[in-house]
Amino acid sequence: MNSFTYTQADAVDTAVDERASDLTAKFIAGGTNLIDLMKENVERPTRLIDITRLPMATISETLEGGLRLGALVTNADTAYDERIIQRYPLLSQTILAGASPQLRNMATDGGNLMQRTRCYYFYDLATPCNKREPGSGCSALNGFNRIHAILGTRTQGSDGQLAEPNCIATHPSDMCVALAALEAVVRVTGKNGERSIPFAEFHKLPGDTPHIDNTLESDEIITAIDLPAKGFPDNFMYLKLRDRASYAFALVSVAAALELENGNITDARIALGGVAHKPWRKPEAEALLVGKPATKENFQAAAEALLAGAQGYGHNTFKIELAKRAIVRALGQAAKLEPTA
Amino acid sequence: MTAIGKPISRVDGNEKVTGKAKYAAEFNVPDLTYGYVVSSAIAKGKITNIDASDALSLDGVLKVFTYKNRPKLAWFDISYKDQDAPPGSPFRPLQDETIKYSGQPIALVVAETFEVARYAASLVRIEYKEDTHETDLEANLHRAREPKSGIASLLKPPPPKPRGDFETAYQDASAKTNGRYVHAAEHHNPMELFASTVVYETDSKKKPKLTIYDKTQGVTNSILYVSQVFNIPFKNLRVVSPYMGGGFGAGLRPQYQLFMATMAALELKRSVRVTLTRQQMFTFGHRPATVQNVALGALPDGTMNALYHDAYGETSQFEDYTEVVVNWGGMLYPPENVTMDYKLVPLDVYSPLDMRAPGGVTGMAALEVAMDELAYELGMDPLELRLKNYSDLDNNEKRPYSSKELRECFRQGAERFGWSKRSFEPRSMKKDHNLIGWGMATGIWDSNMLGARAEAALLVNGKLWVSSATAEIGTGTYTIMTQIAADTLGMPIEDVLFKLGDTDFPIAPISGGSWTAATVGSAVQAVCEEVGKSLLKLAKKMPGSPFKSAKWEDIEFVDKHLRLKKDPSAAVSLMTLVNLNGGKAVRETSGVFADVMKQKNFTRSAHAAAFVEVMVDEELGTVKVTRAVSAIAGGRILNPKTARSQILGGMVWGISKALHEESALDHTFGRFMNHSLAEYHVSVNADIHDLDVIFVEEHDDVVNKLGVKGLGEIGIVGMPAAVANAIFHATGKRVRDLPITLDKLL
Repeated sequence: MNSFTYTQADAVDTAVDERASDLTAKFIAGGTNLIDLMKENVERPTRLIDITRLPMATISETLEGGLRLGALVTNADTAYDERIIQRYPLLSQTILAGASPQLRNMATDGGNLMQRTRCYYFYDLATPCNKREPGSGCSALNGFNRIHAILGTRTQGSDGQLAEPNCIATHPSDMCVALAALEAVVRVTGKNGERSIPFAEFHKLPGDTPHIDNTLESDEIITAIDLPAKGFPDNFMYLKLRDRASYAFALVSVAAALELENGNITDARIALGGVAHKPWRKPEAEALLVGKPATKENFQAAAEALLAGAQGYGHNTFKIELAKRAIVRALGQAAKLEPTA
Repeated sequence: MTAIGKPISRVDGNEKVTGKAKYAAEFNVPDLTYGYVVSSAIAKGKITNIDASDALSLDGVLKVFTYKNRPKLAWFDISYKDQDAPPGSPFRPLQDETIKYSGQPIALVVAETFEVARYAASLVRIEYKEDTHETDLEANLHRAREPKSGIASLLKPPPPKPRGDFETAYQDASAKTNGRYVHAAEHHNPMELFASTVVYETDSKKKPKLTIYDKTQGVTNSILYVSQVFNIPFKNLRVVSPYMGGGFGAGLRPQYQLFMATMAALELKRSVRVTLTRQQMFTFGHRPATVQNVALGALPDGTMNALYHDAYGETSQFEDYTEVVVNWGGMLYPPENVTMDYKLVPLDVYSPLDMRAPGGVTGMAALEVAMDELAYELGMDPLELRLKNYSDLDNNEKRPYSSKELRECFRQGAERFGWSKRSFEPRSMKKDHNLIGWGMATGIWDSNMLGARAEAALLVNGKLWVSSATAEIGTGTYTIMTQIAADTLGMPIEDVLFKLGDTDFPIAPISGGSWTAATVGSAVQAVCEEVGKSLLKLAKKMPGSPFKSAKWEDIEFVDKHLRLKKDPSAAVSLMTLVNLNGGKAVRETSGVFADVMKQKNFTRSAHAAAFVEVMVDEELGTVKVTRAVSAIAGGRILNPKTARSQILGGMVWGISKALHEESALDHTFGRFMNHSLAEYHVSVNADIHDLDVIFVEEHDDVVNKLGVKGLGEIGIVGMPAAVANAIFHATGKRVRDLPITLDKLL
């Protein structure tokens, strides 16, 4: 861990100014990921700007009938909030599938979006990593890639051919998978004022810039996450598959949400975790379900569409089939065709 | 006997839960400095340049030690050999520019604070010339060779010579099975990081005098190592280790932080602490990756007639670490045609190191799966096959067991589990998405006793003070030693204080191999008897003493009194007796060894039967161990509460080994990549469900006078195979590679 200075920001504007004046500075809230990365010398901020005093630690109603999660609300407070449990049970269930109670007590909702990958090679300075050191290479590609991505890894070269991936890291968050399914909106503030980023556009694929995880500008800070009114409180499931029953990142996870009328699907959302550099959604796959009955066959068709183009890299190739089965199961459970235990 | 056999809570429990119990990195002294280790990024090659100038320029950095500026050290290999050193040439930190494995310690930065040392370590720039490394066991099996033998062979005998004619018998067998079993390396990962706090002082001649707080499973091992490597007389050294936050074998050898902290303290003439990081906990010994082949043959009635078991274990290029992997089948089962073989494959890794039931859980995880396969080839219940081939002899040595209540383990375990209700066919039990399976396996582990010494003193205030330089590795040693001492002299445990983990106390061996209860327990019993004999002498001198003609056999110690067995009214309090000792405590020191003459005609082992229920989600491949019963024949149980905890820990680890644990080695870098507790998966609470432990009554006066066998390893040995067999019963899939992760069941 390097030597750094530490300041406390007392207003969003000053926090933004501080960061804009020193791009080697980092915001710190719960610190559950940043501190680890600093101990490993992966992150070496020269300054930490503590934002925990900023006035964004509450959950409030939005004019559109949704809820606004202040960026500093803890994951635990979000998961156990009565309004979240009643209106967005998928989100609550998803948060509780991640980390540990101790971590959820510290970790904030804004920070959850900013988590970095748990790729072993990203964490270990002894190995090349394009995300940590652009241009050095991707060690996972031919390495131990059990936890790595199967979707969105390949980019099209200038000749139109699919090029070798620059990075096959995954985004580790559970919460973000539910936020993607719920079509949350990320509210940010920067030097140029406020703007809103649709969740699907917040995280990015690695492409040629795997060292950049998201579309946040360097002077911007997340202030809140808005949940739209539609929360799918009746038919939902977060199914997380991992190498042990708790305290492990997802190999594959599925946030499934359905709206049903007389057994027919009127709206469907499916987001995947553990399979790509960002929570994975495909509107075409969801559209396949709309207007159709909730059956295993229809779920299977959606699963195939979601996994189209998936590419395994050896240790993680099993994820392609596992993801399909998980989607069918999660949708079946959301539709209450199958038991949830 | 009033304390032994009772479920007494840990006498050190209060200290532990209140934080009063201190661990190696928690002993603070004024002006302490902090060392931080720099580790090699490559697996093999040479250091061509080390640039520490940026590190040294930081305020508070005292020195950066490398192979270039280290002090002169002991010359011969023998000086670096610790009590658990395998044959070979022990690794010497900072010896020269050679890199022998990834993560090798190559520099130590010492600074006034831990934070500065850590930061400075990140600024040390190392350049290497890389050589090609080999870390892939399976790709290097052609290089396998016989292990070198050494002192380790005494406790880890090589496989016996082949007997009968395996090949012909196997050909003739009517039921046979033949499989290859693989598991990757595993790391111990105790919660407490390895740490040494070396307190520097000088004696009257200005020579260094060190007090070393070390994380170790044997203070005697640490003091020996430091004394030899740094040429310091024992009188100027003291090693203290009252507690350790888990060892599991990792602390059986001095780890390199001890070397580093001692070296720095001597050079800087300052007190130094070196604590390893979690990542560095993956840079020394580990359970070796192993490839095994097992072939079994049986006659139509289930009688086994052929057994083949070989194993290829990984070792380092500098030491031949061995373990007993293949011998167990010959001990447990009676076929007349047996071939067993064990070879090593040297790789560019650190030497493996004993880890809970070393070799035993490795070999039995393969053999007991093969037994299950044989049962299915025969169409025979797996438990019935074990009973059919039950042997009261150790067929390797052709001698009986000193005791073997395994049959009773099978009976009681099966009854508790409900084994008789099992349907034979795989995939025959189902609930919703889940297939349910029941599996079982046998466990076995050596019951060894080594030599140890202890001191006991009945103080003038009537309290009994007992000590031995053994270790509390979390097993309950403080508690059971207190119980043994209390019962030997008829005292309540509240009046007994047992101390350990200090080289000022009488010598005891490293604490491992399940031998501490037997070894140190016997020493404590013996020395308390010596005190008792001294008390009898004092009693005889009392005016009008009723003990004048009493012999040792005629008396007993009950309720803080010495009394005649045949006339309990003839009693004198211990307090009265000690006050006859001229104002001094009644103090004795003595040692014990195993009774070799009594033991030589017997094999001494603990046994276990493990029964496991799993639920497997067939579509998703997830496995849940819903229920497990372990029935243990482990001799006399000194304390059913700490004993049960020992077995529970072993069962949990067995589940963890079967389903989760694997140190992922990237052969491109020759480096373990999942080197954190987030990514090296051990079972967590959510993975563990209903666990049940049965202690089967077993009497054994051959193992030692106390009749104890030790319980440290026996709980884990049968569990992985029982889990794997239950998964087969659930799914019909035979997985021979551990861990059984969900992708293997899709």
